[in-house]
Formats: sequence, C-alpha cells, structure tokens
Amino acid sequence: MSGGVLGLGDLVEIGRLDDLGRLDTPMHRVDARAKAIVVLAFIIVVMSFPRYEISAITPFILCPVAFISLGRIPVRHIARKILVALPFALVIGLFNPILDRQPIVAFGPHTVAGGWVSFASILLRFALTVGAALALVACTGLYRLGAGLGQLGVPRVFVVQLLFCHRYLFVVADEGGRMMRGVALRSDGKRTLSLRVYGSLVGHLLLRSLDRAERVHRAMLARGFTGEIRVMRCSAFRGSDWLFVCGWLAFFAAARAWNLAAALGCLLTGGAA
Amino acid sequence: MSHHLVAVKDLYYAYPDGTEALHDVSFRIEHGEAVALVGANGAGKSTLLLHLNGTLPTMRGEVVVGDTVVTRETAVLARRAIGMVFQDPDDQLFMPTVAEDVAFGPLNAGLPPDQVERRVATALDRVGMAHLQGRPPYRLSAGEKRAVAIATVLAMAPDILVMDEPSANLDPRARRRLIELLRSFGHTRVIATHDLELVVAVCSRVIVLDGGRVVADGPARTILDDEDLMLAHGLERPHSLRHLHPH
Repeated sequence: MSGGVLGLGDLVEIGRLDDLGRLDTPMHRVDARAKAIVVLAFIIVVMSFPRYEISAITPFILCPVAFISLGRIPVRHIARKILVALPFALVIGLFNPILDRQPIVAFGPHTVAGGWVSFASILLRFALTVGAALALVACTGLYRLGAGLGQLGVPRVFVVQLLFCHRYLFVVADEGGRMMRGVALRSDGKRTLSLRVYGSLVGHLLLRSLDRAERVHRAMLARGFTGEIRVMRCSAFRGSDWLFVCGWLAFFAAARAWNLAAALGCLLTGGAA
Repeated sequence: MSHHLVAVKDLYYAYPDGTEALHDVSFRIEHGEAVALVGANGAGKSTLLLHLNGTLPTMRGEVVVGDTVVTRETAVLARRAIGMVFQDPDDQLFMPTVAEDVAFGPLNAGLPPDQVERRVATALDRVGMAHLQGRPPYRLSAGEKRAVAIATVLAMAPDILVMDEPSANLDPRARRRLIELLRSFGHTRVIATHDLELVVAVCSRVIVLDGGRVVADGPARTILDDEDLMLAHGLERPHSLRHLHPH
C-alpha cells in the first residue's frame, strides 16, 4: 500500500528506520543512552542560538553527518523524512520575512531583510535537529532507544507509550487503509469525502483502535504483564561511551562559545574577523 | 488435585449494555482432554473463554482452574496455568522482534535470562518458527503470526491451552500444519472454533453453545454426526463424517 490520505507510504518507511536500527556499525554499538544524551544536548544547544545566527550554527552539521556516515545510514532516507516534516518549519517561519523587513546584511548594493535571515536560521536549525533525531533512531532502533531512555530514568509510562505507539501505528494505519479502500470502492470514482462520511470514518477508526487496545491489553495480562516491559539484555555503559558523550559535549560547548565557522574562515584567509 | 483441570459451574454473564452472553454454563474438563467449543456467531464462545483466565470477572457461578477458584485476586494464578491464544495474532504480538515477543511472558514470570533464552528457543522450535526469531512480528504472514502467537504461549509452559479460532485466516497448508501441531500437544486444550473439520481431527469432545447455554456436551464424533442437532444450532455436519473413505 502506498499514498492515500493517511500517507501510508511514510508509515511503511518507519519500518525501514527499524531495519536500519538493527545494523551493526560502530555507531550502532554505542550505548543508546550515550547517543540519546548527545542528541538531546545537540538539540538544546542548536536551539539556544540567537535568531539571526547562521554561520555559527553551521559547524553543528558535523554531528548528524557523523551519525549518518558512521552508522551507514542512507542520506536519501533521512533527507526524505526531513522533507516530510518541512511544512511545519515553513509555517513557523513563514511570517518572519513579512513582519521583519529591517535590512541587516548587505552584499554590495543588495540588502537582506532580518526576516529572511531568521527564516533561513529556522530552516537550518530544523533540518539539523530533525536530522539528528532521525539519525539517532536509525542508529539505535526505537526499541533499544526506549530501553535506554528507561535506564536514563524517563518514566516508564512514557517509554511504554512510545513503544506501543510505534508498534500499533502499523496496525491502525492498515486498518485506516482498508477502510479508505472500502470507501473508495463504493464512492463511484468521487475522490473527495463529504464531511459526514469523513467524520464517521474517523470515529470508526477511533472505536476500532480502542477495541484493539483493549484486546492487546488482555493479551498482555494473559501473559503476566504487570506494567513493566522487561528487556532481555541490559547493555552496559562502557568507557568508550563516556568518551563519546564527553567528546561531543566538549565540541558543542566550543562551537557554542566561539563561532568556529568564522574562525576557520579567518584561519584560511588569514584575515581579521 | 490436577493442575490441568478446568471446571465451570452455573456461569452467568451479561455485558454492561445488558446483553446476556452466558446462562448457567457448566462443564468440567479433565487432564489432557481436547475439547472444542462450537456454536454460531454470538453463541458466547469468546465470552466464555475470557472467563477462564479471569479477564472477565464472574458475575454469578464459578470457574475453577487447577485447584483454585478464579477471582480477581487469583486471576494471576489462572493466567499462569492457562495459555491463551487470541483470535487475532496482531493483538498478541506487540514486541519489536519475534524472540522478544516470545520472551515477554517468561520475563514477566521473573525467570533468569539464560532460562528465558532456552524457553524462547524451545517454543519457537516447537512451532517450527526458529528461523524467524529476529524478525519484526508485523512483517510475518498470517500463518507465521499464528504459529508465533502459539509459541509466545508455549514459552510460559502452561498446563492448559485455550484458543479462540486458531485456524481463522489460514491458508490450507498453514491450517494443516496447525492441526498437526495441536494434535501433538499433551496439554489440556480448549478450542473455540467454527472449523468443524479441525474439531474432527483434534478434539475428542465437543461442547455446543447456543444463545449462551450449553446445548450439547459429549464425544466429538457422536455430536458432530448428529445432523439435526448441528443444524438446529446454526452448525453443520462435517463433510469428513459423511464418508468413510479419506480424501
């Protein structure tokens, strides 16, 4: 199944992200907790820059690039997923160029309004943070990531929610897909749904999902579930994992404190900043 | 007392909306018996099964598993004794890989990791699905899902196997395999199904439900061969019993 109202193609792609999570590369072997801490720090630091900043953020691209290349993740795959989420960032930044027309950068006779600079900055941050988060999942697998978050002390309820969301997304999407097909087969070629039909459809999907949730819960109780998902292997935090965390945090701190891109530029051109 | 005993006495249940699902249902299933629960849609089969491990609380009457009366407090014991295979394997398989799903029950029972691994290997081997252990369950075929769902239950080493429509949605070969598998088990088996040929092949005893009541209970062949009885309760006489020659 592909396409359709629910974007089922995208959901199947999530399965692909899972397959990538099972690879065995240097990046996959790093403890899930270490990677989660690094990516969280990455997101916080990238978001902390002032709104007109672009050049100082560019060195941060090193982090997702390292994850993707060392984890042997296809770049195309991550890029496509970033594009799927892009409309959200576009909407957030959309009004900046309209509302903020004060010129702040000049290239010869041309000036660039502050709004465009902050818009570009938003898009850059968005691409970096979403890319890093996706790379994290692709290098870890959602399940190991969940277990790692649990070990880090994230409340069990959230971790279990996350894992179940992920597991049953496929099932609910399939159900939705079947319902849509059922509608399509009886709607005589019309492509749009009336609000009434759409409402009923969504309502049914919700009810079916609730029913399913109850059956799943029963099946879990039948196998002795007590509210805790137990994992077979708990990974140990090794020395190399500490090194991984400390190395990245040091880099983030340095890149936040100094504009490394500008410094590199000065070094190469020998000019003053 | 045997752990493998299931006894139901005067069980009554009505759903919250008032629909009466079970009326004075009584039977007793002994160690090692393979019993089929048959009946038309809505006869109360699934509702009855959900009482056996305490998923639905008894409103009136009593359910005994092994030597314990099933109540809200003892449901945990009943669930240890009864392995329940649900109708839709997608409800039962929720972990990221087959092996982890099979390990779910034993880990909840608090077994040490090496023993869990052994249980997982044995259970998957038993249903012929050892090669799938690293795969995500949602990528399996219906037949594979069913077999893995059975393995998740076998891994808990239950005394009694309870199954709801085990042959639903299976292709003929997968169904054949399932029948052979069910025949090979030494557990007490309670199987709710519309697949009467499966009943002929696997079960020695049949309980017929209609409108929430037990309308017949006896040796499988005698009951299934009674055409009037079968037709009166929305069922039919299995084809295989009409002929003496195999085909």
